[in-house]
Formats: sequence, structure tokens, C-alpha cells
Amino acid sequence: MSRSLSLPVAALIGIAFALPAHAVEFNTIDAAKSQLGFSYQQMGVKMDGQFGRFAARLKFDPAKPAAAQASFDVQIASVDAGSPDANKELAGKDWFDSTRHPLAQFVATRIAPLGGNRYQANGQLTIKGRTREVSAPVTFTPSGNGAVLEGSFSIQRSDFAIGEGAWADVGIVANPIQIRFKLLAEVDKAAGKIPGK
Amino acid sequence: MNARYSTPSIGLHWLMALGLGGTLALGFYMHDLPLSPGKLQLYSWHKWAGVTLFLLAVLRLLWRLTHRPPALPLAMPALLKQAAHAMHWLLYALMLAIPFSGWLMSSAKGFTTVWFGLLPLPDLVGKDVDLGNRLQTLHLGLNVALLILVAGHVAAAIKHHFIDRDGVLASMLPGRSH
Repeated sequence: MSRSLSLPVAALIGIAFALPAHAVEFNTIDAAKSQLGFSYQQMGVKMDGQFGRFAARLKFDPAKPAAAQASFDVQIASVDAGSPDANKELAGKDWFDSTRHPLAQFVATRIAPLGGNRYQANGQLTIKGRTREVSAPVTFTPSGNGAVLEGSFSIQRSDFAIGEGAWADVGIVANPIQIRFKLLAEVDKAAGKIPGK
Repeated sequence: MNARYSTPSIGLHWLMALGLGGTLALGFYMHDLPLSPGKLQLYSWHKWAGVTLFLLAVLRLLWRLTHRPPALPLAMPALLKQAAHAMHWLLYALMLAIPFSGWLMSSAKGFTTVWFGLLPLPDLVGKDVDLGNRLQTLHLGLNVALLILVAGHVAAAIKHHFIDRDGVLASMLPGRSH
């Protein structure tokens, strides 16, 4: 992927030209202090789950959102839907087919300012080999040396063939899936390193 | 010994007999099924039925406390009368405790109970795997106790009818005047 290869270069340029000016470029996500969760309805019952392992590549200066870059790799095998039974089922062919599709990926294509500390992140989400456009509002909140990027968006599981066969019936597990993220962005002085956990 | 139970008592008794039998059988059946949409559906139905039975049991208990049931046969030994009363109050206790333990178990296992998919019941306990497993054991144990008590209840009814030949069973049968 050319995007990830260009990151170290972009980060070096950022250091060379952006310091010590006012602009702060966030270039790493502390995965251990970040959360990626989802929720859905199962016969009227709200269920929550999360992904435990993901890695992010980031280049984000709040003052220059148009130049921002962000991408995510989520380890599908790290899904926790609340019970060992459900997690095992989700790895299977009808759900995520995680042997053939171990990663879900999001690549931001455009980050637009909405005013104040809010941004709209547009990008391509790929799950189970299917790619769809998604768009999520993101709030940016400075926190200590870093910043919290928080937002949520909704997908239809049928768009990604998540739950095929008997599970395709959206009367049991509903079609809309809410995805929530809360990411701790930091400035890594040793820029260019690809973080993750 | 011509007194019969009131019509609401008789109606609730047989409605709950059917409901408890069906829900209990469903509980034993669904437990070992592999995960499938059908299993999730059965679990939801089981929980909806359980909440309904709990409310019927409350209604029934309120009715029982405000309406005197027919007296037991004069010929019955005092000890048996006491046993009969104890059995009935235990059955009431189980009719309340069983759905209640199921509701708690569901919460502890991380599933809010939503009655008929519409009305969410509060989670009185948070998600807790250990507690969930203990409540599952309790739910099972209470149901086994119910099965034993119901077996005794049915045996007593049959004895009243065929051996003592009194009107106890007839007093709970629908649609018949002695």
C-alpha cells in the first residue's frame, strides 16, 4: 500500500516544516487507550460488542483537516460479542469468515471541518472483502498531550454479507450496526513508526 | 364439600399449568441447541413467556390472598392439611422465584430481557459471568424443585379423586358444577 509507505515521508516533512509552529500533527493512535465498539438489536434486545485489536495510521493536524490521512486495520479475530458461543459463531463463514478475511479496513478519503471541534470523516470501509463508502462525524477533544477522537456511524450488515444463510433474516439480528470509536491520538516524536497493539 | 374454586382461580390455575409446562419444556429443549437464529428466537420466546407467567403468578397470588379457597375435606388428617397448605405456598413461591431467577440470569449473562421485544426490563445485576453461571444453576434447581412439587401435586389430586373420593379435584375442574 503506497499510503503506508508515504507516511514516514509525510511525517518527516511534517517535522521539518511544521515545527515549532502552532500546528500540532497527531501521528499515532494509542490502541491500548482506544476503543472500537459496536451495538445492534437482537429481537429487540440491544447488544454490545467490541474489537480488542486494531492498528491505526494517522496524520491529523486539526488546523489542516484537508491534508489529513487516516487508516485502520481491525483484527476480526479480536471480536467480543459478549459470549464465547457468539464469538465462535462470528468467526464462521456466514458471519465474518475471519480465516479468509482476517482484517477489516477503513481508509479515510476526506476529512472536512464542520466547525468548532467537529469534523466529518469520509472513507472506504472494507469488511469481508466488500467495500462501502461510510461517513462519520468526529469530535476532537484535546486531552493531556494527546487528543480524543470520538464518533460513531451506522452500517447495514447486509451490505457486507455479515450474517449469511439463516442469519440473513434481519428479524432476529437487525440489519443496522452502530459502530463507535474513541481513539487516543498522540504526537509521536519518533514519527513514522506504525503504532498498534 | 360442594364448594368450588372461583372461576378466575380455575382459569389462572389451568392457564398457568399449560404455560409453566410449555415454558419449562422449552427451557430444557433450547438449552443444548447449537447457536442459530432459531435458538435466539426460542430464547426470546422463553423469556417473554417467563415474564408473562411471573405477572400471572402475581395476579394469582393477589386473587388468592383476597379470596378464600374452598376448605379442605373435614375428613382430611390435620398433618395432611398442613402438608397441602405448605405445598401450595411453595408452589406460589416457585412460580415467582423461577421467572425472577431467569430474569437475573439473563442480565448477568449480558442480555437485557425485553418483553415481547418491546418493553425492556431493568437489569438488576450487571454482566458477570460467574454470577450468570450461579444463577443458571439456581434457575435449573428451582425448576427441578417445581417438577418434584408438581408431581406431588398431581399425585395428591389423583389420590383425592380416586382413593378418598372427595370433591377436591372436581373443585378445580373447569366448566362443571359438582
